[in-house]
Amino acid sequence: MNNDNKQLKRERIAKRIVKEFHDNSLVNLGIGLPTLCANFLPEDKTILLHSENGFTGLGPAAKPGEEDADLTNAGGCPVTILPGGCFFDSAMSFSIIRGGHLDATVLGALEVDSHGNLANYMIPGKMVPGMGGAMDLVTGAKKVIIATEHTNKNGSSKILKKCSLPLTGVKVVDIIVTELAFIRVTKEGLVLEEISEDTTVEEVIKATDAELILADDIKKF
Amino acid sequence: MKKILKPEEAVSQITDNSSIMIGGFMCCGQSFNLIDALIENGAKNLTIICNDAGYPDKGVGKLIVAGRVRKLIATHIGLNPEAGKKMNSGELEVELVPQGTFAERIRCGGAGLGGILTPTGLGTEVEIGKKVIYIQGKNYILETAIKADFAFVKSNIADVTGNGFTAKSAKNFNVVMAMAAKHTILETEKLVEKGEIGTEDVTIPGIFVHTIVEGKYE
Repeated sequence: MNNDNKQLKRERIAKRIVKEFHDNSLVNLGIGLPTLCANFLPEDKTILLHSENGFTGLGPAAKPGEEDADLTNAGGCPVTILPGGCFFDSAMSFSIIRGGHLDATVLGALEVDSHGNLANYMIPGKMVPGMGGAMDLVTGAKKVIIATEHTNKNGSSKILKKCSLPLTGVKVVDIIVTELAFIRVTKEGLVLEEISEDTTVEEVIKATDAELILADDIKKF
Repeated sequence: MKKILKPEEAVSQITDNSSIMIGGFMCCGQSFNLIDALIENGAKNLTIICNDAGYPDKGVGKLIVAGRVRKLIATHIGLNPEAGKKMNSGELEVELVPQGTFAERIRCGGAGLGGILTPTGLGTEVEIGKKVIYIQGKNYILETAIKADFAFVKSNIADVTGNGFTAKSAKNFNVVMAMAAKHTILETEKLVEKGEIGTEDVTIPGIFVHTIVEGKYE
């Protein structure tokens, strides 16, 4: 996959996810692929972004020369705040997250499974960055949306029957969006509701380790 | 009146094996002058309580690279590869805490609470070794308070009574940490006379502050 192609696929994931955001909602975007969603927010809806380091109204990156050392996003990068936003300390920021005041969060995944379990914070012995705010986000957000490429660097499915890595959350995921598929997590299992315009149901099933329940009317996105 | 000291004087009472809370989030809102002075001071075997491990050449990360930290209680260490290396070699003990739990445990430390009940981490490695309490129809993990010998907190402006204003997203953990240590040192970019800071603008009440250090980090 060349880089342009890869970027297009990431944008496709982001563009599909933003359709899940409701009008007048508060949304937290994780670092990496989820951050791309900010570029495609629907103009006909009012969506306030929450930045877990302490504010609502997260705006675009600060322009060169206009950076403010006291205003960064959760990745430590200089950003801006939009009218209608406000600042608070970390205890209040996570009260917003855990307290049921956050409508949706979009996070990346190392693994996600058929029970809605998510692993995205460590690979024992290899990569131990820590969970940051992810465990609180998956616990408290009303809707947990996973933005991930369908397979990992080795071509193996990231959507598994059962996660093998340490979990970030148990039965927390609501929706999984990849460059190939839109999958809803239900009590019965993973329901394939939509596939991307340049794939087939068979290809998606082949690329997925977990069992997929096929929706009656699988749409394209 | 609070003690108003130079950074090197303020950290001179910090000895080996001390525990120190350091405010800041990926170095935003961090007391850089105090950290540099602490490195000069030479205290070692420190327990550092800080959201993250900073960067190798910036903020709290410099203390880790200098080998002064025995234990780090943090929520993530991903942007400081040196912290990861020291953890894997056993030189640095790291306790990873979910960020919301981290904030609340520190708040408990300053608020006279023994701990909190949180659903965060249920069914994960975070739950291991902790009490799970079933109350009002749900399970929660009992997470205990964190206190420290010292706290380094940061403000943009403060008056001589220690009332400080920390701007924008620099507030982060500075607010809860200010009240959770035996001795809180406030690093402020600008120091003004009593009453010159708006009483409604205070984010860190001066009653929590023991020592003030003034200076913009160059």
